[in-house]
Amino acid sequence: MAPKTLFDKLWETHVVADLGGNTSLLYIDRIFIHERTGSVALKSLQESGRSVRAPSQAFGTMDHIVDTLPGRNDQTTMPSGEQFITVMREGCTWAGIKLFDMHDPDQGIVHVISPEQGIVLPGLSLVCPDSHTCSQGAFGALAWGIGSTEAEHALATTTLPVAKPMLMRVTISGTLADHLSAKDIILHLIGEIGAAGATGHAIEFCGPVVDAMDMEARMTLCNMAVELSAFTAVIAPDEIALRYLEGRPYAPSGDAWTAAAQYWQTLASDSDAMFDSEIELDVSTLAETVTWGTSPEHALSIHENIPSPSDFDDSKRSSVEKALSYIGLEAGSAIAGTPIGGAFIGSCTNGRLSDLRRAAAVLKGKKVAADVRAICVPGSAAVKRAAEAEGLDQVFLEAGFEWRLPGCSMCFFAGGESFGNAERVISTTNRNFENRQGPKTRTHLASPATVAASAVAGVICSPSTLDSAA
Amino acid sequence: MEKFLTLSAIAAPIMRVNIDTDIIIPSREMKRVSKKGLSDGLFAGWRYRGPDTRDLNPDFVLNEPRYLGTQILIAGDNFGCGSSREHAVWALSEYGIRCVIAPSFSAIFFNNSIQNGILPVVLESSVVDRLAEQAIGGLEGTFFVDLPNNFVRAPSGDEFTFDLTASQRTTLLEGLDPIDRTLKQAAEIEAFEASDRQARPWVYI
Repeated sequence: MAPKTLFDKLWETHVVADLGGNTSLLYIDRIFIHERTGSVALKSLQESGRSVRAPSQAFGTMDHIVDTLPGRNDQTTMPSGEQFITVMREGCTWAGIKLFDMHDPDQGIVHVISPEQGIVLPGLSLVCPDSHTCSQGAFGALAWGIGSTEAEHALATTTLPVAKPMLMRVTISGTLADHLSAKDIILHLIGEIGAAGATGHAIEFCGPVVDAMDMEARMTLCNMAVELSAFTAVIAPDEIALRYLEGRPYAPSGDAWTAAAQYWQTLASDSDAMFDSEIELDVSTLAETVTWGTSPEHALSIHENIPSPSDFDDSKRSSVEKALSYIGLEAGSAIAGTPIGGAFIGSCTNGRLSDLRRAAAVLKGKKVAADVRAICVPGSAAVKRAAEAEGLDQVFLEAGFEWRLPGCSMCFFAGGESFGNAERVISTTNRNFENRQGPKTRTHLASPATVAASAVAGVICSPSTLDSAA
Repeated sequence: MEKFLTLSAIAAPIMRVNIDTDIIIPSREMKRVSKKGLSDGLFAGWRYRGPDTRDLNPDFVLNEPRYLGTQILIAGDNFGCGSSREHAVWALSEYGIRCVIAPSFSAIFFNNSIQNGILPVVLESSVVDRLAEQAIGGLEGTFFVDLPNNFVRAPSGDEFTFDLTASQRTTLLEGLDPIDRTLKQAAEIEAFEASDRQARPWVYI
C-alpha cells in the first residue's frame, strides 16, 4: 500500500463522492458558527427554505461582536451589534443548534471552547466560517475556515466540495529557549517564508519541538497557519492530545473512548510518506519575535532593526514602503524601545490559561507604564475561572491591566471599542493589518510574555531584558 | 447566482501584495446581518479621506475617473488573505467587480469568489505585472475574459490561459447553487453515513 500522510488519511476518511479532478465531496463531522459570520448563514438558510441537516453535530457561540466589558448584554459597544446577537440566537433556536450564549458558563472564543468541550476530536472534519479554524488542526482534526455560503452548504448537507491542497511538512527541531513560546516560532516562520508561503498547501507540523509542546502551544502554532495562506494545519494526535480530551463533555466515553483512541493512534503520517514541500526550522537560536509592519510576514527578532524597502525585491518594495508609512516607524531603527500606548493579551491565538500564566509570570509585582492602557481578555469562561482560581486575575489587576469577560474583543475593530485613533498597540493577536484594531491603529504582534514586558516598560521590550530596562 | 461566461471590461491595478479582507472591507463596515449594502464599505480605509468621512481620496485608483465602471481588479500576490469574511466578496460583487487577477489568492477568498460568481484568475507574477501596466482605463484599457475557453486577452491582444477545477468552472459557468447540486447526492451522503457510523460511531452525537 502506498505510504500516506496524516492529511491523506484524514481526507480519505471523509470522501463521500469524487467530483472530478482533485475535488471531493467531503463529509463534515462538526460545524461551529459564531454571531458575526454564522448569523448571516443561518438567516440565509432559513430564508431559502432549507434546514440544518444534523443539528446535533453543529454548535454556535457568541464571541466576535459580544462585548467583553463587565455587565455585558445584548446592547453592544459596536453600533448595531445587537442585530448579530439576536439573529444568531433566534437562528440557533430555529435550527436546534446548541449555542454557547454570552452568559453560558462555557461561552468563549470558538477555537478555545471547541477543544475545551471535546467538540473537536482527532480524525474529525470540522469547519467554521472563521479563518482561524486551522487552530483546531492541533488535535489531528481536518479543521479549516470557510465562508458564510460554504457554512450554509455544510449546515444544509453535512458536506462540502473541496479541492485537495498540496502538502507541506514543517519540521521544528532544536532547543527552544525557556522564555520563548509557540508564538515566537510561528511569527518567525511567517517572517521566513512569507504571508503567501503556504498558499495551496495544508501544513503538517512535526518534529521534537512540536512533540514536546502542550496542546495550547500546538493550537497557537496551528492558529497562524492561515497567516501563511495555508489551507489548514495538522499535528498528529498523541498521548498529550488524548490526555487533554479525555473526559471532556462532548468527547466519547467508556468503550467508545477506547475504540476511538485505538483508531486515533493510526492517525500519523507513514514514515516514508511524501510531501510536496518540506521546511526545516531549527529554533535553537530564536529570540522573541515581533512584527514591525502591516502583515504578519513583517516579523523580526526583537533585537533587530526595522528593514528598509531596499532590502526587498521589486514585487514587495512598494508594499513595504506603504507599511512603513502606515506604521509610522523609520527603516533602520531598532524595534525594541518603540513607545506603545496599548497592550492586549487574549484572542484565539493566545487567550488560553498557559498564555495568561506566561504573561502573569512577567507581570507579578510590576506595574504597567503610566501611559499604557493594558487589557487582558481570557479566551473562554473556563479559562477565566481557572485563571481566577490560581489568582492570575489579581496579578493582572494589580499590575494595572483590565480583566475582561471572554470573547474576541479588541483583536479586531467592529466599530465599537478600540485603543484610539492611530494608537500603537502590542498585541498577542494574529493580525497587524491596517485598521485591524481600530482607525489607523498600529499593531505589533508578539507573544504574551513580550506583550506583558512591553506593557510594563512602556516600549516594545523583551521579557529577558525587562529588569535591566525598567 | 449570476453566470460567468465572458467579460469585456476595464481593469484597475491595485498592485500591492497581501491585500487582506480587512482592507477589502473593514469590520466596522459590516454593520448588518446581510449580504447587501456592503459596496459603500469596499476598500473604505483607502477609498475615503478618513475613517469618519465619505469624502473620496483622489489618490485611490478606483476613484480615478478613467477607472469608472471597472469590473476587473489586477492585484499583487496573496489577494484576499486574512479573515474568512465573505463580506469582502459581497462588497466587491455589489460594487460591480466580476473578476480578480492575481499571482495567488487565499484559499477561503478564492472559494468565496466562486460561490458568488466572481472569477478569480491566477497568472504568473510577471504576467500580472504586464497586465497591470496595460490597465490604463478607458477603451484602450479594456480586457476580455473568456471562461469557456480559459483565457484572458490583454489590451495588447496577448492571451493568457488560466486553470480552474472542473467543479469551480461548472459553478461559475452554470451559475448553479452548489447546495442544490449537493442535495441531489443525498443518497450518497446517506450511504456514507450508514457505513461510517459503523467505523466511527463516536462521530454521530
